[in-house]
Amino acid sequence: MNTLDLARTQFGITTLFHFIFVPMSIGLTAWVALCETLYVRTGNELYLRMTRFWGKFMLISVAIGVVTGIVQEFQFGMNWSLYSRYVGDIFGAPLAMEGLMAFFLESTFIGLWLFGWGRLSPRVHLACAWLVAFGTALSAYFILAANSWMQHPVGYTINHATGHAQLTNIFSVLLNSTVLLAFPHTVFAAYTTAGMLVLGISAWSLIRGRHTDLFSRSARLVLPITCAVAIITATVGDGQARLMDKQQPMKMAAAEALYTTTKGASFSIFAVAPFSHHPKRLNTDIRIPHLLSLIGTLSWNGTVKGINQVNAAEQKKYGPGDYTPIVGVTYWSFRLMIGAGMLMILITLVGLGLMRRRGRLERSRRFLQVAIVGIFLPILANWTGWIFTEMGRQPWIVYGLLRTNDGRSPLVSTTEVILSLTGYIVVYVILIAVGVRLFLKEIRNGPQDPQEPVPPGGAAVARPDLALAY
Amino acid sequence: MSSSPDFLQTLWFLLIGVLWVGYFILEGFDFGVGILLRVVGRSQAEKRAVIHTIGPVWDGNEVWLITAGGATFAAFPGWYASLFSGFYLALFLILVALIIRGVSFEFWGKDDSPRWRATWEWTASIGSFLAALLWGVGWADIVHGVPLNAQHNVTTSIFGLLHPYALLGGLVTLSLFTAHGAIFLTLRTRDELVDRARGIARRVAPVSVALLAIFLIWTTANQAGGVKASATIVALLAVLSAAGAVLGVMREQDGRAFGFSAGAIALLFVSLFCGLFPDALPSTTSHAFNLTLVAASSSHYTLTVMTVVAVVFVPIVLAYTAWTYWVFRFRIGASDFAGTGTPTPIAVLADKLGGGSDPTGPATGSAPSGVV
Repeated sequence: MNTLDLARTQFGITTLFHFIFVPMSIGLTAWVALCETLYVRTGNELYLRMTRFWGKFMLISVAIGVVTGIVQEFQFGMNWSLYSRYVGDIFGAPLAMEGLMAFFLESTFIGLWLFGWGRLSPRVHLACAWLVAFGTALSAYFILAANSWMQHPVGYTINHATGHAQLTNIFSVLLNSTVLLAFPHTVFAAYTTAGMLVLGISAWSLIRGRHTDLFSRSARLVLPITCAVAIITATVGDGQARLMDKQQPMKMAAAEALYTTTKGASFSIFAVAPFSHHPKRLNTDIRIPHLLSLIGTLSWNGTVKGINQVNAAEQKKYGPGDYTPIVGVTYWSFRLMIGAGMLMILITLVGLGLMRRRGRLERSRRFLQVAIVGIFLPILANWTGWIFTEMGRQPWIVYGLLRTNDGRSPLVSTTEVILSLTGYIVVYVILIAVGVRLFLKEIRNGPQDPQEPVPPGGAAVARPDLALAY
Repeated sequence: MSSSPDFLQTLWFLLIGVLWVGYFILEGFDFGVGILLRVVGRSQAEKRAVIHTIGPVWDGNEVWLITAGGATFAAFPGWYASLFSGFYLALFLILVALIIRGVSFEFWGKDDSPRWRATWEWTASIGSFLAALLWGVGWADIVHGVPLNAQHNVTTSIFGLLHPYALLGGLVTLSLFTAHGAIFLTLRTRDELVDRARGIARRVAPVSVALLAIFLIWTTANQAGGVKASATIVALLAVLSAAGAVLGVMREQDGRAFGFSAGAIALLFVSLFCGLFPDALPSTTSHAFNLTLVAASSSHYTLTVMTVVAVVFVPIVLAYTAWTYWVFRFRIGASDFAGTGTPTPIAVLADKLGGGSDPTGPATGSAPSGVV
């Protein structure tokens, strides 16, 4: 492995780790806010206990998401300094906006939410919960706008004096067609992630017959929502695929491992090829006739572009070279993402069916067991989705403008990257071990007993030894 | 290439300066509290009280850094690229330190075993210590200049950044933040905690004044292109402010002491920023390779966009941040946490806040997991 590979490995590992917790945070903040809203509106103690119980998972995931997020922001400059110089004029703006508009909002109001029980009135406390949920989604928008610019650069010109990209229209960047689809896809995927987590944890407790009132209510509340958001995620994803066909034809062709442009192309469900960047043959290939054309072009005999033709077109445009990503990775990451998504829709639909009969959901041991395993499906889908998006763009770091190799930090040595990569892996493995341990502990402990005190929104207590504001 | 920054470039240099100053004032005290966690807090309840003084705010304080990073990326991409890649291992160490201290505060209360608690206390202290030290080293290096080639890439490894002047800079921030944290604790705690924190402030604050004075004299003497009046005057004010903090501590005027120690931190960095201007990162290899703000800057259009965003949102952020500090202005003492076997700090605090004005405010919760 050379320095470039190591830097890419580090970015990949840190991003995937970060992205276990980010979708959970986005989804759980909204879920907790929903529970608290129901409590404030109905006054039902059960919703208060739900707010508190699910709030613990929210806090753990937000804490890990925040600290690992700093690494993400700093890594651009640390490992990708040529990239940072090249795109900073454009890419930095959404990042700065994310900090100023979203991070301050979520971090401040999560502190208020956590420590403000009893100190703030119920409505203000609830408003804090929603502001946190809003802040996490807003931050997703800005970072996705930045990422979408790497997939589909818009609103820029190349400054010939510096050779760098320069912003000409911020609204083109913020309203890039790519982000307008990537945002709902990602955020609804995040809601699905939290939904499957809530469902799985509820299932675990229902099997053991613990706190069934709370977990039955949670499961019944979260099931229809999760089913709906999972279907929306898939639908938006379908639209993204068609947009990508126009904006990044290579990525789509590689996703299908379709080498030659084909009319009425069939859809490959399962293919295995020798392990190499460009496998010459496929060992196994199960296909459904015409389906790919149908999905990609909405017509029975539509033309779907193949890798070889796209590569030739790109060579004409950008000069000689190989413009294909690793096809095995794009093909399988794309399929695992979609497969996991379909399974989640299926699981939630079955759950909805069980919900129609009184008590069926809570007694159906097999469904509950599947729901526990279902916790991992969104993580798999989120991961493979990003692997597909980012590795499918290779060899570009900014599609059509800058190659990944031209974006690295030229003077950061192999030793330095090995040290940091090792360090991050050690720290992150510890974090994930502790995070999982805490999750399990909270699940085992379950929610607090209903007679436990602490209603939110008691009058603010004026202490005798009030310190000066600082 | 003209070397004199225009209005927007100057404004953004100023704004980034404000973000760093804000970061160091705010995170400065929570670094100090982290460092002193095991020194000021002896019993379990005391440590819990100490952690609670920064519990609601450390996360928000860290966002100042994230925003400073983002703003640097947006306004001066060249600076961001040179600095972050050039200080690679130093920044990596800072990031690891920030990660472990951040999660320490969150994890600490989640289990009762003494080993678990001790582990996260140590990581909180070590992480805070390392970050407080390294930020000073890093900024001293920036002001001092680093070996920079014609492409504005730093050509030294971490060892080239650890010269005596930089290390002194590290000791300055370490001592200032420790004193700042101790003074903060005198404001936010009660009973023995106040006495212990004040005792530490009494010892550390004078040391920080001495270190600060030596560091700033050295900085002034080092200044390329002659002594800058602005930087020197501000440096003098920084030392005076730090001395004011010592005086405040001695007279037990905690509020005043805190104001002065915050002022000293602010003025130190203002002085460094004044000394740096109009460069972003001087080169010790050749004056011709200095990275100027003009060379590092984004386009006029990007700076305009960012200015509009900042003008609208900075006041909003400041307003709700101030409101948070107002909501959490009450003193916290060990007695707030006395006699609580198992609940998490959060449970205890929630109990305390919801449970009336009983000064002993014992928590009644006993669920092992506590409440959120």
